[in-house]
Amino acid sequence: MKIVKLKEANLHSFLEEISKEADLWAPVKAAPDRYKFEFIQDLNKIDTDCTRTILPPRKILLPPSINMFQASEKEYKEDFSHVSKKIIFGIHPCDIHGILIMDDFFSHEFYDPYYMESRKNTLLLGHSCWPDENCLCKSTRTHIIKEGYDLFFSKLKERYIVWIGSSKGDDLIRTKANLFEEDISDKDIKEYAEWCDQREKAFQTEINFDALGDLMELMYNDPLWEELGNACLACGSCSNVCPTCNCYNVADRPALEKKYSDIKRCWDACTLESYSEVAGGENFRKKRADRLKLFYTHKFQAYISKYGKPACVGCGRCVATCPVDINVKTVGKSLDGEKVDAFWKRLSKEVTK
Amino acid sequence: MNSENKANQTENPFLPEPARIVRTCHLTEDVKFFQVRIADMEKALSFRYRIGQFAMISVLGAGEAPFSISSTPSRPGLLEFCIRKTGLVTDALFGLKENDMIGIRGPYGNGFPVEQMKGKDILIIMGGLGAAPLRSVLLYCLDNRDQFGRVILLHGAKRPAEMLLIEEFLSLKEREDLECLLSVDQDDTGKWTENIGVVTTLFPKIKNINPSTTYSMVCGPPVMYKFVLNELLKFNIPKDQILMTLERRMKCGIGKCGHCAIGYLYTCLDGPVFTYWDVIHMRELI
Repeated sequence: MKIVKLKEANLHSFLEEISKEADLWAPVKAAPDRYKFEFIQDLNKIDTDCTRTILPPRKILLPPSINMFQASEKEYKEDFSHVSKKIIFGIHPCDIHGILIMDDFFSHEFYDPYYMESRKNTLLLGHSCWPDENCLCKSTRTHIIKEGYDLFFSKLKERYIVWIGSSKGDDLIRTKANLFEEDISDKDIKEYAEWCDQREKAFQTEINFDALGDLMELMYNDPLWEELGNACLACGSCSNVCPTCNCYNVADRPALEKKYSDIKRCWDACTLESYSEVAGGENFRKKRADRLKLFYTHKFQAYISKYGKPACVGCGRCVATCPVDINVKTVGKSLDGEKVDAFWKRLSKEVTK
Repeated sequence: MNSENKANQTENPFLPEPARIVRTCHLTEDVKFFQVRIADMEKALSFRYRIGQFAMISVLGAGEAPFSISSTPSRPGLLEFCIRKTGLVTDALFGLKENDMIGIRGPYGNGFPVEQMKGKDILIIMGGLGAAPLRSVLLYCLDNRDQFGRVILLHGAKRPAEMLLIEEFLSLKEREDLECLLSVDQDDTGKWTENIGVVTTLFPKIKNINPSTTYSMVCGPPVMYKFVLNELLKFNIPKDQILMTLERRMKCGIGKCGHCAIGYLYTCLDGPVFTYWDVIHMRELI
């Protein structure tokens, strides 16, 4: 692999140069302790200390609502206005893994042009990160990334080691080649190795994901699900913040005179009540417990049987987001026989009394 | 993985094909028959589908929904659907007349395993709107009658007025190569000459089933399955030779929108045809 070095002080001139060619997206501070990916017009707003953004970067590839067609009696006009040349800077290993899962999902068997065209026009510039107590990516083995990015920036003291992952990534480096150094010194290597060691030790939460698929099966009828269902608000937030939730809804939005109709595609969530409802009112998952089972089957089990790995990339967004603390951490731990979290203490006091 | 589809990155799989309603008429109070032809003649003739597959039908301004194909691929060119008025899209469809245009894309889903069914006895059990997908199987078997063993049809409805395609099925009784048994729960006309009772009351009339060479197909209202499956197990038909076709919410038909997920399966890709074993194995299917 081709590896170069960049002084931290030169980062902005590099980003400025490449943002001439494409829309640059990066994490910015949205509120104290809250970050979001934003289209960057002022490089000083970029915050590389961000642990996680509120929404995953899939919102950049496939926004919450897009128009698929403008349909009239004459024709269905395809609408790809959400597709443009983009560069996402500051994306962490877990989120790159999330995008790789989406890439596979939207291209296998049938090719979904609305995601894939957007993806083909997007370059991923990864950035190293430091875990907090909600990061589960070491357990999902997505805390490191070896492929899938175009460039990856590993932060050391006042400089970056830049891993070049693709030919297009190399082209980006060449737009400002004079900013980069080719020689990686022994000091760099030593510092990088130390950083890796310390980061491995910084993870505070571990879950045995290998066992969760089997445990989902064994505990399919466990009262646990009813307890969780009773507490769940069915708000859909866990899906909205998940990097591997792909579900969407489609709706016609006819113009007043009905001459044409916009056909909209919007994010959907399997925890919402209408998700499995068919015409006539029959609902295959009327109960919140059944809908939670579907969500966690997807995260813990479905991918293990198909791809040998869970669909959860351990980003911790559901942990940070769920208002009633139902998330991969609490559900995973309780499937594994632990009900020690504050969540369970509160649940047994408030909800099940 | 379907390499044929994977290679196709130029066409938009969500783009519907304009189609013309050739004929439409009421089958029952709330079910209509639609005969449809894709406007482009070449494409109409090359629309290749398997029995048990479905298509996405769209009505401008109302939306798109999945429907079982009721016609048989052995008679190409025209597509037929039996559609119940039950939601936004079907309400709009019911307002359409002959020569009105709709959108069609597909066919989608796995369909019935025709190759495995060849040379076997075919036992079709349909209740109510379950006739929509299984009529395709019946017509296919009759069009290729030499390729199958016995063909037995059990068809149940609540009342004679609610039996879909009643004339078509009554006229099939004349055929000697088909055992056609019809039943209604109640006869409110006084003119019904066939069996009266739920569809399971027809089972004692079927003689000498050879379970190992029988493929059974079941489709009907949810309440029907439990009783019918019980009867089929009494016949000792293997669970993986009992096939059913299921309904789920779908927004894409091609495994992307997620709504039809059952465990790690998608009804639109891995179904809508599932075996009884799948149903036991997957728990959530019926």
